[in-house]
Amino acid sequence: MVSLCSFISYYWEEEKRMNYFPDEVLEHVFDFVTSSRDRNALSQVCKSWYRIESSSRQKVFIGNCYAISPERVIERFPALKSIALKGKPHFADFNLVPHEWGGFVYPWIEAFARNRVGLEELRLKRMVVSDDSLELLSRSFANFKSLVLVSCEGFTTDGLAAIAANCRCLRELDLQENEVEDHRGHWLSCFHDSHTSLVSLNFACLKGDINLGVLERLVARSPNLRSLRLNRAVPFDTLQKILMQSPNLVDLGVGSYVHDPDSETYDKLVTAIEKCKSVRSLSGFLDVAPHCLPAFHSICPNLTSLNLSYAPGIQGGELTKLIRHCRKLQRLWILDCIGDKGLEVVASTCKDLQELRVFPSDPYIGHAAVTEEGLVAISSGCPKLHSILYFCQQMTNAALITVAKNCPNFIRFRLCILDPTKPDAVTQQPLDEGFGAIVHSCRGLRRLSLTGLLTDQVFLYIGMYAEQLEMLSIAFAGDSDKGMQYVLNGCKRLRKLEIRDSPFGNGALLMDVGKYEAMRSLWMSSCEVTLGGCKTLAKKMPRLNVEIMNENEQTDFIFDDAQKVDKMYLYRTLAGQRKDAPDFVWTL
Amino acid sequence: MEGCSKITEACPQLLDLIPREREWLVKRADERSSEEKKLELRLGPPGEEWSLRENAKNADDRERDESLLSLGYFSNGNQHTRKFSSPENLQPGSVWFNQQLSQQAKATPFLQFPSKTVTTRQSLPVMAKESSQPCCTKVVVDLQQSAEKKAFSPPAPANTAVVPSSSQKRTAPGSVVGWPPIRSSRKNLASSSSSKPVTDSQNESPNKKVASEKPVETCKKGMFVKINMDGVPIGRKVDLTAYDSYEKLSTVVDELFRGLLTAQRDSSAGGIMSEQEEEKAFMGVLDGSGEYTLVYEDNEGDRMLVGDVPWHMFVSMVKRLRVLKSSEVSALSLGSSKQGKESTDEMRRKNFAAKILF
Repeated sequence: MVSLCSFISYYWEEEKRMNYFPDEVLEHVFDFVTSSRDRNALSQVCKSWYRIESSSRQKVFIGNCYAISPERVIERFPALKSIALKGKPHFADFNLVPHEWGGFVYPWIEAFARNRVGLEELRLKRMVVSDDSLELLSRSFANFKSLVLVSCEGFTTDGLAAIAANCRCLRELDLQENEVEDHRGHWLSCFHDSHTSLVSLNFACLKGDINLGVLERLVARSPNLRSLRLNRAVPFDTLQKILMQSPNLVDLGVGSYVHDPDSETYDKLVTAIEKCKSVRSLSGFLDVAPHCLPAFHSICPNLTSLNLSYAPGIQGGELTKLIRHCRKLQRLWILDCIGDKGLEVVASTCKDLQELRVFPSDPYIGHAAVTEEGLVAISSGCPKLHSILYFCQQMTNAALITVAKNCPNFIRFRLCILDPTKPDAVTQQPLDEGFGAIVHSCRGLRRLSLTGLLTDQVFLYIGMYAEQLEMLSIAFAGDSDKGMQYVLNGCKRLRKLEIRDSPFGNGALLMDVGKYEAMRSLWMSSCEVTLGGCKTLAKKMPRLNVEIMNENEQTDFIFDDAQKVDKMYLYRTLAGQRKDAPDFVWTL
Repeated sequence: MEGCSKITEACPQLLDLIPREREWLVKRADERSSEEKKLELRLGPPGEEWSLRENAKNADDRERDESLLSLGYFSNGNQHTRKFSSPENLQPGSVWFNQQLSQQAKATPFLQFPSKTVTTRQSLPVMAKESSQPCCTKVVVDLQQSAEKKAFSPPAPANTAVVPSSSQKRTAPGSVVGWPPIRSSRKNLASSSSSKPVTDSQNESPNKKVASEKPVETCKKGMFVKINMDGVPIGRKVDLTAYDSYEKLSTVVDELFRGLLTAQRDSSAGGIMSEQEEEKAFMGVLDGSGEYTLVYEDNEGDRMLVGDVPWHMFVSMVKRLRVLKSSEVSALSLGSSKQGKESTDEMRRKNFAAKILF
C-alpha cells in the first residue's frame, strides 16, 4: 500500500492536481486501507490526503496513552469509533512497575463522552480501569459493541455489571488475564433478557462464582455466540449443557473439567462435543481430570489454536495423546511439563505450527522441564514457525545456530533461561554466537528477548543484523555501554527497548538522544544510569517525558546527581508532563 | 521519513564484516546476489587485495575505527579500505571457534562446512592459540575487536569458560524481583489447581471443590487470607483463626517475610543483614514505629490500618493483608495518630525537593 501511495504522490506532484479526485473517491480508496501503519503513511503524502484520511479514520491505535491527549486524538479523528490504548510499560507484567504508576483510562472515556464520540470499540492493555470508568463507558455510548481488556486492573465485577446492564448492543466482552476483584455479585444476570447480540464472552480470569442458570440462559439466547471462555467456577455438567446450546462455537475455553468418565454426563458431553464441528480454538482446563480428555479428541483434528498453559493437570501421556490428534495446529501454548520428549511429539505432529509458547510450570524451584533439545526438535519439525516464547532450563550456541538455520522466518523470538546468566550448557561460553545466528538468519525479526550469559558481542550482532527489530528486551546482559550503543546505533526500526539489571550507563543513554523521539519508549531499571545523566537527557529533549521511580524514598537522592537511578522510563510525548503521576514518580 | 536513506547505505557493508567461516553465515551467503558476492570477503591464497593490505595496517586503523565507534557511526564507505587490521586480539572469533573445536570431536550433524573453507578451518587452531601472529586467513571486524578487548580477559584455552568478570556481579540469585518474567496469574499454577484425577468423588460437585480454595472464607474454620509485602512478588497466606491477638499476627508476619526480605536485600545490597537489622525490620509493624506497617483491606474494599478494632471484629472484616513500608503509609495519609513524627517530616522534605526539580 505504501508503494501505491508513493506512486500516486510522485505522479501527482502538485497539490492542486489532487482536486481532480473528489474527496469521496479518495475516501473510498482509503477505506481499503485498514492497518494503522498504512494509514499513517497515507496521511503523510500531502495535506489534502492528511485531511481526508484523518476525517475518515475510524480505528485508531495509541501505543502509549501518555504520548498524546485524548482531546487531540478526538480533534484529529472526528470519525473515531474504535480505539486501542496501551498504558503501563511491558515490565509492569512482572511487577517491576510500582503499583500506582498510572495508566488510567478514565480521562479518555470522560473526554470521549464529553465530545460525543460515537465510540463502539475499546481495547485496553495494561491500564487501570476503575468501576467508575466502566460505568461511564456503559452510559455514554449508545452503540458500544466491544470491550477488550488485557492485563488491566482496578475494576470489580460491579463495573462489569454496569457494562452488561447498559450496553444493549454489546457483542464482545473479552477479559484476558486481568486482576479483577470479584465481588461475586450477579453481574452476569445484568444482561437483559432481550440481549441477544453476544458474539464473544471471555471471563476466564474471574475468580469468583457465577450463577450457572443465568449463564445457561444467556448462552441459549445468543445465537451468534462464537467465542466463549469460562472460568473455573463453571463445572463439567454446565459445560455439557452449554455446548448442546452452542454447536457453532469457534473458540471454547473450558472452565473446570473434573468429572467421572463413566457417568452419563460424560457421555452427553462427548455427544455435544462431536456436534461442535466449528471449534478451532481450545483453552482453559483450569481444573482437569485428565482421563476425561478423550472426549475432546473428536474436535482436535480441526483445532488451529490450543492453549493449555493454565492446565498443569494435563501432563505426560494424556497430553501427548491429545496433541497427536491436533494435526492442524498453528498456535500452541503449553507448560514445560510437556518436556523435550513431548515437544518432539509436537514437532512430528504439528507441521503447520506457527506460534509456540512454553511456560514454566514451577518457576520458583527453577527447574524447567525443557532444554535446548526441545527447541531444536520443534525447529526441525515445524518450518513455518515464526513466533516463539520459550522458558527453559538451559541453552547452547549449537542449538541456537541449528534453530536459526531451520527457521529463518522468525518474527518474534523470546528465549528465557530460568537462570538468567547461565552460559552455554555444554561449552560454558556466552550465548553471543547463538543469538548472533538468530538475528543473522532471521531477516524479518521484529521482536527479541535474550537471556543467558551474554557479552557486548551479542549486541554488536544485533546492531548489525537485526534490521527490522522493533522491540528488544534485555536482562542481566552486556558488559559496558558499548552493548547498548551498538543496539541504539544499529537498529533503525527500534521502537521499544527495555533493559533491566545490565551495566549500561550514561554513556549509552546519552549517545544519541535524538533516537528516543523515533522510539516509543525506553525502560531501564537496575542499570548504571545516574540522576545526572537522566537530567541531562531531559534537558536536551523537551518532547520526552523522562520519569524516574525511586521507591527507596532516599531523600538524599534528590541532591546527588551521581546517584544511580533505580527505574527510569522515558517516552516521546506531545502531551507534556503528565499530571497524574504519583509521588514516587518524578518527571525530570 | 526517518532517515531511510541511511539504512540502505549502511546495510550492504555491514553484511560482510563478520568472517565467512562463521558457521551460521553459510546459508545467507548462498542467497546473496552476484554483486554482493564480489564484494564479500573471501578466504584464499595470498594475492587477494585485502590480505596484503591487512598485514600492513595495524594500530592506525584500529584507532580510527574506535573513534568512529565512539561517534556511533557504523556504516562507512568502501569496506575494502578499512577495518581489516592485524587481528592481534582473536577473542571475537575465539569464542565461537573454541566451541567449534570442542565440538568437532563430537561430529554433531549441524556442523556442515562447505568444502572451500576446509583449508582455512585447519588453520584455526593455530590462530586460536597463537594470537600474536598476524594471520592472513582470518578477517576480524575492528569494531568487534575494540569491544572484545574490554569485554574479554586474556585468551583462554579452548574449553575453559571465558567469563568476563563484570558479569559475575550480575549473577541472579534465587529470588529476584520480577524473575522469571511471567505474569502473576501464571505463578503458583501447580499448587493452586486441583489437578488430581477425581475418580470417586462424583457426588462432590466441582463448585464446592473450588470454593474451598478461595482465599476468603466466611466459615469459621481455617480462615486463610492473602498477605502481600511490598517489593516481594510472591505472597503468602495466613490462617487468622489460628491466632487470637494482633501480637501473634505480627509475629507470624515476621516469620513469613523475614526470609524473603533477607534474600531480597542480599541480592540488591550484596550484603548480609545482621540479625539485629532483621529484627528491626519487623519490629513495630503494628504501631508504626518500625520500617514496615501492616494494613488490611476490609469487606468494603477500603484500606485500613491494622490494630484499631478488637481482634474478633477485625477477623470478621478483613479480606486481605498487606505489609507496606512505613514511609509509604505516611504518604497515603491515613491520618492515624500512630504516624511517627519523622515520617511526616520526610514527606514534607520530599515534596519540597520535588518542587525544586521542576
